[in-house]
Amino acid sequence: MASTHLQKPIVKWLRNALFLALILAGTTAAAYRLLSPYPPSKAQAFRSTREFGADFDRTAQSIDAAFREEWTKRHLRPAAPAPSLIVARRLSLALTGTVPSVQEIRALESHPEADRIPWWISYLFLDRRSSDYLAERLARAYVGVENGPIVTYRRRRLVEWLSNALQENRPYDGIVRALIDSRGMSTSSPEVNFLTVTLEAKKGQPDDGKLAARVSRAFLGVRIDCVQCHDGKLGSQWKQKDFHQLAAFFGPASMSFLRLRDDPKKAYEVQYLRETKPEKVTPAVPWSPELLPGDGPLRERLARWVTAPGNRPFARAMVNRMWTLMFGRPLSAPVDEIPLAGPWPPALELLADDFTAHGYDLHRLIRLIAATSAFQLDSRSVDPDHPVTDEAEAQWAAFPLTRLRPEQMAGALIQASSLTTVDAETNVLFRIKHSIDEGTFVKRFGDAGDDELVRQGGTIPQRLLLMNGAAVRDSTGGNPLLNASARIALLAGGDANAVETAYLSIFTRRPTEEEASYFAAKLHGARGKERTAAVADLCWALINSTEFSWNH
Amino acid sequence: MNPFFDPRFPCGGREHFSRRTLLKAAGLAGLTWLTPLSELLALEAERAGKGQPARSVILLWLGGGPSQLDTFDPHPGSKIADGVGSISTAIKGVNFAPGLEQTAAVMQDVSLIRSMVSKESDHERAVYNLKTGYRPNPTIVHPSIGAIMCHEMPDAKIEIPTHISILPGRWPARGGYFGADYDAFQVGDPKTPVPDVTAHVGADRLDQRLESLSVIERAFARGRRTDLDEHTTLHQVTMAKARRLMTSDQLKAFDVSGCPASDRAAYGDTPFGRGCLAARRLIEAGVRCVEVTLDGWDTHVNNRESQAKQVKILDPAFAALIRDLKRRELLEHTVVLCGGEFGRSPSVNVVQGRDHCPHGFSMLVAGGGFAGGRVIGATDPAGEKEEPEHPIHVEDLHATVQNRLGIDPTKEIKTPVGRPMALSDGRVLGELQG
Repeated sequence: MASTHLQKPIVKWLRNALFLALILAGTTAAAYRLLSPYPPSKAQAFRSTREFGADFDRTAQSIDAAFREEWTKRHLRPAAPAPSLIVARRLSLALTGTVPSVQEIRALESHPEADRIPWWISYLFLDRRSSDYLAERLARAYVGVENGPIVTYRRRRLVEWLSNALQENRPYDGIVRALIDSRGMSTSSPEVNFLTVTLEAKKGQPDDGKLAARVSRAFLGVRIDCVQCHDGKLGSQWKQKDFHQLAAFFGPASMSFLRLRDDPKKAYEVQYLRETKPEKVTPAVPWSPELLPGDGPLRERLARWVTAPGNRPFARAMVNRMWTLMFGRPLSAPVDEIPLAGPWPPALELLADDFTAHGYDLHRLIRLIAATSAFQLDSRSVDPDHPVTDEAEAQWAAFPLTRLRPEQMAGALIQASSLTTVDAETNVLFRIKHSIDEGTFVKRFGDAGDDELVRQGGTIPQRLLLMNGAAVRDSTGGNPLLNASARIALLAGGDANAVETAYLSIFTRRPTEEEASYFAAKLHGARGKERTAAVADLCWALINSTEFSWNH
Repeated sequence: MNPFFDPRFPCGGREHFSRRTLLKAAGLAGLTWLTPLSELLALEAERAGKGQPARSVILLWLGGGPSQLDTFDPHPGSKIADGVGSISTAIKGVNFAPGLEQTAAVMQDVSLIRSMVSKESDHERAVYNLKTGYRPNPTIVHPSIGAIMCHEMPDAKIEIPTHISILPGRWPARGGYFGADYDAFQVGDPKTPVPDVTAHVGADRLDQRLESLSVIERAFARGRRTDLDEHTTLHQVTMAKARRLMTSDQLKAFDVSGCPASDRAAYGDTPFGRGCLAARRLIEAGVRCVEVTLDGWDTHVNNRESQAKQVKILDPAFAALIRDLKRRELLEHTVVLCGGEFGRSPSVNVVQGRDHCPHGFSMLVAGGGFAGGRVIGATDPAGEKEEPEHPIHVEDLHATVQNRLGIDPTKEIKTPVGRPMALSDGRVLGELQG
C-alpha cells in the first residue's frame, strides 16, 4: 500500500513532464518553422522555353521585331531590360496577385540568370495559387461578382472548376465550349453556373440576353449587347437584330427541377423597337456564318462556332485579356471591345496565330507574352535627360506603370508581412487569417468587381488605409511570429542585412546605395524594442510608397 | 476655434449657432474670429434663402426593399393588408401603418410618393437604378446622386469627404464614370471612431516616417517623367489630402458621442439613429451628400413582424432628423429622401413573406425647397392592378432632385468611353415643387 502511495506522485510527475516535453517540442518545431527565414525551397519542375519548339522563339522574335519597327518609326528609344527580380514581381502579381516572398527570391536567385524567368514561370504554374487567381479573374469576366440565385447558382464551384482546368492546362476552346454548352445541376456540373447566374428572379429561367452579352464580350471581345434595345449609333455596324439572333441560341435553355436542360419547344421571342408585338427570333451568328455547324443542339452549334479556329475574334479576345492581366493594360482597349475589321496591333495578331496553332494552350500563351522584350523592359529610362513618355508606354517601349488592383494590394501586403511564402502549404490557421485579412482589406480598399481591368485612380480612403489601417499596423507590428518587420529586427544579422531583407520582402529588389546607407544609419545602434520600431518604420515607409502600390 | 464644434455646446440646442446668430456675431466681430469654413458656411447660408437651390442631400436608404403596405401605403381592411391597420398623419386623409407615429406627426414638412415604378426587381440592379437614376448598363457605370453633387458642386474648403455613406450596405453609392475618387467615404456606427484617420504612431515618429518615405520616392522617381506624381500616380496629392483629413477639426462632425443623451435618444440611439444624427452634423459642416443605410427590409419570410421591427428603428430617427433640420434652419437647404430599391408584393407568400415588387413603392421626400404635406400617386387597394395611379419613374425623381440642387439634369458629361451622357435622362416633376 505504502509503495503504491509513493508511486502515484512519481507517475503523475512523469506523465506531466512528458506532456510538457511534448508541448515544448511541438512549440519549438513550430517556432523554428515560422522563425526560420529561409527554409529549403521545394524542388520545382523546370521547363525551359527550348522545349516549346523553334516556333516559340520565332513568334517572340517576330513580336519584338514588330515593336522595334514601330519604335524606329516613332523615334522612340526603348528602355533597358528590367532586372530579373522586377520581372519576377510582375509575373507574381499577374499570376498569383501577390509579390514573391524572400524565401522564393532566394530560390530564384539560386538559378543562373538566363534560366530565372522560365524557371519562375514553371514554379508559378505548379503553384495552386496561380490557377486559383487566374480562375477568379476569368470568372469575373464570365459571371461577374454577383451572388446570383441562392439555390441554383454556386459561383465557388464554377471558380474551382475553372481553376482545375487551368491547373491541368486544358485547351481554352474546350473550357469555353463546356461553359456555353453545359447542362445539369449547379453543384454536380459546375460549368452550368455560367448559365444559372443569369436566372431571372420572376421566371426562374436563364436570361438569354445576358448570356449573349457575356458570350460576345468575354469570349469574342465584341460589345454586341450595346444594340440590345436599338440599332447601333455613331457608326456602329451592329443592328438590334444581330444581338437578338445571337441570344436566340439560348432560347431552348430552361430550368426544370433545379437542372438546366434544353427544351426544344421553347424559343426566343423579342419585341423589337417600334413593333407592336413580340416575334420569334431565328438563331443566327453575327459574322462568319460558314463556321456555324449545320446541325446539332443550338448551344452546341454556338459553342463550336465561337471556338472555331477560323473565328479569329475568339483567339484575339483571350490574347488581349491575358496581355491585360500581365501588363495591366490591354493591347487593344477596351479589353472587351476589339475591332472586328481591324486594325489590330501586330503583337495581337502574332499571339492569336500562335494561340490558335497550338491548340489554345494558355500556359504557352503566358510564357510567350512573358518572353517578349516588351514584358521584360524596364519601366524607367536609363537616361535621366530622356525620361519615359506617355507615347513610349503606349507603344510598349517601356513597361507601363499601372496601379495595383485591390486584390493585388491585399496579396502583396499579406505576403510582405511574412518572409516565408504564403501559399497552400502555409499553416491552415494562418491561411484562414490571411483569407479574412484579404477580404477585409479588399472591402475597405474598394473592389471594382467585373470592372477590375478598367484603370482606376487612387483615393483618399485607400491612402488612409495604407497609412493607418489594421493590415499595415499588423504587418509592421512587434510580433515575430506574425510580422515580417519584427522577424527582420530579431533575426537579420547586421543593419545592412536587415534593410536588404525589408526591401526584398516588400519591393522585390535590393536598396540603392543611398537608400541602404540612409536606413542603415537609422538602425545603427538600435537594440531591442527600439530596433523593432526602427524596422517597423522602414517597412511602413516602403508599404506607403508609390513603388509598392504600382506595377512597374 | 471653430464655433460649430465648441465643446461647451457639443450638439447645439438653444445655444446652437444658427445662421442668423452666426452672421450677427460675425458682423459684430467683423468676421475676424471666423475660420474660413464657418465664414463660407455663413455666407452660403445667407445666399441660400427660400427659392435658392438646395445644397445638400441626406438619403436614408432602406436596404432590401421596404413593404409599402407595412409602412407608408397601408390598405387596412383589404385582402392584401395582412391584418396591418393604420394611423392618421399630419396630412389629412393620409394614413400610415402603426409604428410610424412620430413620422406621421412631421408629415406637414414631408411629401410622400406612393407610386414609384421601376423595371428592376433584382436587388443589385434595383439599388443601382435607385441610386444613379439609370438602369445598369454593361458599357458604363453611372455616378450616384452624391457623386454628381461633388462633381458639379465642388467645395475646396471642406477638409473632410463631401460624399459619405454611414453604415454602408452591400452596394454603397459609387462615383461611377467620375472615378473612385467620387465614391462615398464609408464609415460605420458613429459611436465608433472614423476608420483609418488616426496614425498608429505619435506625430514626431510619423514625421520621421514621412521623411524616410521621401528618400524612397526619390529613388523611384529616377528615370521617370518629372511630373510623374501630378500626371500619373497622384501619390503626393492623395497623401497630402489624407494628412489634411487626419488633422481636420471637421472630423468631429462624425462623432456623436459628445451629443447630449436626450438628442441621441430622440433619434432612437440605434446605429441607424446615430447615423442620422451624424448625417445632420455632417450636413451642418458642409458635406454635400450623406447616405445612411438601414438594412433588413428584405422580408421574404415573416414579413409583418420583420417590417415592424425595422419600422421601430426608422420612425424616431426619421422624425427626429426632420425636426432637427427644421429647428436649425437646415431643412430648406437639405433634400431628405427615404426609401429602398423597390417595394414588396401585395400578395403574401406561403411563409408569410412578401416578395419583390417594383411597381408602386413608396418614397419620402422632404426639404431642399420641396413642398411638404403632399401625396403623389396611389396603389390599388385590391392589389390587382400592377401599374399605380400617377406613376413616378426613378429617373424623373433624379432629374427633379438635381434640378432642386441647381444642377441641370440635361448637362452632358463626356464619359471615359468617349460617349456623352446626360446627368439624368428623366424629366423634372412639377408635382413636388411650388
